[in-house]
Amino acid sequence: MGHSAHGDNYITAEKGLMSWFTTLDHKRIGILYFVSVMSFFLIGGIAALLLRAELFSYNAAPNVGEIFKNGDVYNQVLTYHGAIMVFMVIIPGIPAILGNFFLPLQIGAKDVAFPKLNLLSWYCLMAGAALAVTTMFTTRIDTGWTFYTPYSIRTQTAVSMMVVAAFIMGMSSILTGLNFIVTVHKLRAPGMTMHRMPLFVWALYSTAIIQVLATPVLAITLLLLAAERTFGVGIFDPKLGGDPVLFQHFFWFYSHPAVYIMILPAMGIVSELISTFSRKVIFGYTAIAYSSLGIAAVSFFVWGHHMYVSGQSELAGTVFSFLTMLVGVPTAIKMFNWIATMYKGSIQFASPMLYAMGFIFLFAIGGVTGIILATLALDVHFHDTYFVVAHFHYVMVGGTLMAIMGGFYYWFPKMFGKMYNEFAAQLSFVFIFIGFNVTFFPQFILGSMGMPRRYFDYIPAYQPLNRISTVGSWLIAIGFLIALYTIIDGLINGKKAPNNPWGAKTLEWQTTSPPPVLNFDHEPVVTAGPYEYK
Amino acid sequence: MSTSRVIDGVNVQTHYRDVEHQLSAAKQGIWLFMVTEILMFGGLFVGYALYHMRYPEMFAEGARFLDWRLGFINTLVLIFSSFTVVVGIYYCQANQMKKAAAALGVTILCGVIFMVIKYFEYTHKFHMGIYPGNMLDLAKLNHHLAEAGEPLIKSTNLGLYFGFYYCMSGLHGIHVILGMSLLGWCMFRALRGDFNANYYTAVDGVGIFWHIVDLVWIFLFPLLYLVG
Amino acid sequence: MLLWIIKNQLFKVLVGQAEAQSFMPAQGSEIAKSVDSLYSFLLIVSLIACVIVIGGMIFFAIKYKRKSDNDKTAYISHDTRLEILWSVIPLVIFLFVFAWGWVIYHEMRTMPKDALEIQVMGQQWNWTAEYKNGVKSGEIVIPVNRDVKLILSSSDVIHSLYIPTFRIKQDAVPGRYTALSLKAEGTGEFHIFCTEFCGTSHSGMMTKLRVLSQADFDKWLAEEGDSASLPLAERGKKLFNIKCTACHYANEDKPKIGPSLQHLFGQENHPVESGVIKVVDENYIRESILYPQAQIAKGYGPRSAMTAFQGQLSEKEVTSLIEFIKTLK
Repeated sequence: MGHSAHGDNYITAEKGLMSWFTTLDHKRIGILYFVSVMSFFLIGGIAALLLRAELFSYNAAPNVGEIFKNGDVYNQVLTYHGAIMVFMVIIPGIPAILGNFFLPLQIGAKDVAFPKLNLLSWYCLMAGAALAVTTMFTTRIDTGWTFYTPYSIRTQTAVSMMVVAAFIMGMSSILTGLNFIVTVHKLRAPGMTMHRMPLFVWALYSTAIIQVLATPVLAITLLLLAAERTFGVGIFDPKLGGDPVLFQHFFWFYSHPAVYIMILPAMGIVSELISTFSRKVIFGYTAIAYSSLGIAAVSFFVWGHHMYVSGQSELAGTVFSFLTMLVGVPTAIKMFNWIATMYKGSIQFASPMLYAMGFIFLFAIGGVTGIILATLALDVHFHDTYFVVAHFHYVMVGGTLMAIMGGFYYWFPKMFGKMYNEFAAQLSFVFIFIGFNVTFFPQFILGSMGMPRRYFDYIPAYQPLNRISTVGSWLIAIGFLIALYTIIDGLINGKKAPNNPWGAKTLEWQTTSPPPVLNFDHEPVVTAGPYEYK
Repeated sequence: MSTSRVIDGVNVQTHYRDVEHQLSAAKQGIWLFMVTEILMFGGLFVGYALYHMRYPEMFAEGARFLDWRLGFINTLVLIFSSFTVVVGIYYCQANQMKKAAAALGVTILCGVIFMVIKYFEYTHKFHMGIYPGNMLDLAKLNHHLAEAGEPLIKSTNLGLYFGFYYCMSGLHGIHVILGMSLLGWCMFRALRGDFNANYYTAVDGVGIFWHIVDLVWIFLFPLLYLVG
Repeated sequence: MLLWIIKNQLFKVLVGQAEAQSFMPAQGSEIAKSVDSLYSFLLIVSLIACVIVIGGMIFFAIKYKRKSDNDKTAYISHDTRLEILWSVIPLVIFLFVFAWGWVIYHEMRTMPKDALEIQVMGQQWNWTAEYKNGVKSGEIVIPVNRDVKLILSSSDVIHSLYIPTFRIKQDAVPGRYTALSLKAEGTGEFHIFCTEFCGTSHSGMMTKLRVLSQADFDKWLAEEGDSASLPLAERGKKLFNIKCTACHYANEDKPKIGPSLQHLFGQENHPVESGVIKVVDENYIRESILYPQAQIAKGYGPRSAMTAFQGQLSEKEVTSLIEFIKTLK
């Protein structure tokens, strides 16, 4: 590529839109992901607001006018909300945006191992997304993001097209994961041993392993579903003695580990934030690092806890429940380690730290309700009710999205070389955090009362709590609008950021803000761990 | 950022120390990708095993229609092609690019033979009314069998077996075609003079891919043609 | 000893408190009670865990708030004893909870012998309970204090039968049978929901579990068994309540998933999607039931969401439905 003048950073090194679409710089690719994932988040978020608006009142009479003439449109919006948020926002969210940008920086590398593959991976995501969005203008899709057979075989909607879209996005995820594994193995700076890697890198590394090992199983499952719809191959079709429940096994064999694709990187970010803003070495580095790997390993053997009432055998249910309890332990370890890191620290309440603490708060609730759901007898009652909806939103939104926001504010000065409006950032936290609890805590109660998920309409007794929940969704929306403001305002009016505004110790803060094209003016030599605040 | 410099006649990207460093990363990447391929086929193998346990008689009836001799020839063809691809890599190392290209050409030819035999197998089945899953025409098939004086089919869900047959051999076939295109690309680059004794990563990678495609077939052949 | 009693009493009070606050529906059976005790226990443990984690975090955050930019912090990299402690304690709690949950689950899944067996068939978007004597009902009616076994299956996609009051749920899967057992402790009417997403009217796929005294149940079963002697329109009404109410109103002139059937029969300018004006007569209704895609009422196209009932209803049943629809003036 072109030779850049000395003193140029990665943003100014090349000009023009085309220089972005053909870039092989991991930082620029991170920015590409950032813009696209934000757009997807906007679409998924609008879908969520529509769903909540419809649920404001009971009675099939539509609340949102003509949009929801009947259950069909509601089911479609629900499917798009789920599919977009899972496949296009949360899975690529942290690894592809922040991971792409900071993994090489944090290990002192000049780039990821395969820059071309990295760009291809972004194009895969975009191609898949384009296809997914196209289905909105055809017959749409109404299966829920889980594509359960045989409904997904029988429905007249654009399932095959959506499934191909998810397949292509899966390719993107595999390529990113593969790239990260090789990068971590091969491109660490001199002195950067595995045990000196920042915990965010450890988390991305564990995530990448899951991405590479689990996604192919989703790929074949989705291909079989498409084949089922096109040729009627019969594998999931009870008419020929096929087993629709086998689809669920295949699907969750990927999709449960995928939950950890979503949460592990978030935990990595929180480790960075807690250490930096407590100005203290992370407590139990080894335990946190290896618990990521432990979670990744056990995550492959717990998929059946989504299927306690699917008709799988009692023995299978028992084994899966037992293994699920085991996954709880490394998660608990991480929580305690973060709290212990704050002990005798010097805690700065900057917006990234607020988001990190918000993460711990919400993830604690998401975690304990996870144990409730892992318990066989209780899950029979809670399965597919709003209790589950509340639980996974506490984990995925309360967890992952909080971490994305925290990580984003943390690294914003490094990415763009500018500071954002701290007051507005804190305000966004207040709205998102309160709004989130107002939206989703009532859903735990609704679930206990027995309200099933994916319901377009419900019995009158559930109305008051649903109303509270809907109002909460508006607060969240305001919070994210404020966050959007901080980004735009920061990019335009932001003060110039120093190289290390937070006094952090990891490598990315040793270079300029924003970093030069090759990341470091001199190749860094590492002599100590990532959190040596002495 | 992917600027590069030339070391020992090889383009080495800036973020790698030397030729060796770049090559080892590439190889690791390719092997990881092969792991995903194996896991993808793994899903199909698991499904096959489950249904084979559930419907052993039906699977046996299905396997009747696969000619093990054709499958065996195809196995030999693919094993031979694995050998020729290794020969190709050998000539790359020896810097004899014309011979390397020729070896890759023979490999592609093996792929073509494989696909032609597959084509005849498929069309013969279509002729008998053997389509995957729900599309299998049992009446037509039994009519053919009655004419040939062979025992009729008892399993009404025979389509399930052929659902697996077409999915597994079809997905494998797609990989063979992909492999042939990649080999063609390597051949073209070899003739253009892109490679030398220090740099033939693409050939190496495609070679590994081709071996894995062969390996999958070596599992498919007994499962589909012999175990039934 | 005294300490033990105090602790034990305290525990009971806490569990009682938690049960009162847990927002679970009424308890319809012994199983429901044991599920709730486990849930209450977990709620308390969860609360304690959250107080430790969240409370600890907030306490530290306030206590160690940054005073100046030159703050000195302690250097504590790890503490093996502490780490083992907070790995082992959760593990023990988790395994305890696992075992407790398993015991109750095992009880739920053990099918009683000599139970009253009822076949329950899920279909988009209604449930049909069929009794040994051939009675079919859209509601599941059972006698009190007796073991009942519901044998579930589905004729199209996966559904899931969920009775919150009894804390039980089981998927109904096409191509196989699954089962649920229950033993009601009191009479009454309870909600039944479908909890596996099954399409357009998934949320309309609700019905009732009616628990009657043994005498009332026997009477109900006998009366239902006699329905052959009922007038045709009455039989049609029963069938309508099983098969049609998820999507059609009979006595209100407003749309549900499909159009209202009130004032329908005899209409002379009935608009349909293809634009043809039809007179609504017996044949039109018959065609709409058996082949819903043939003519779709205006505003419900281009494809009807309705199940085709061809092959699912007998001639007599179709006739009875038509007779019932005729009465909806």
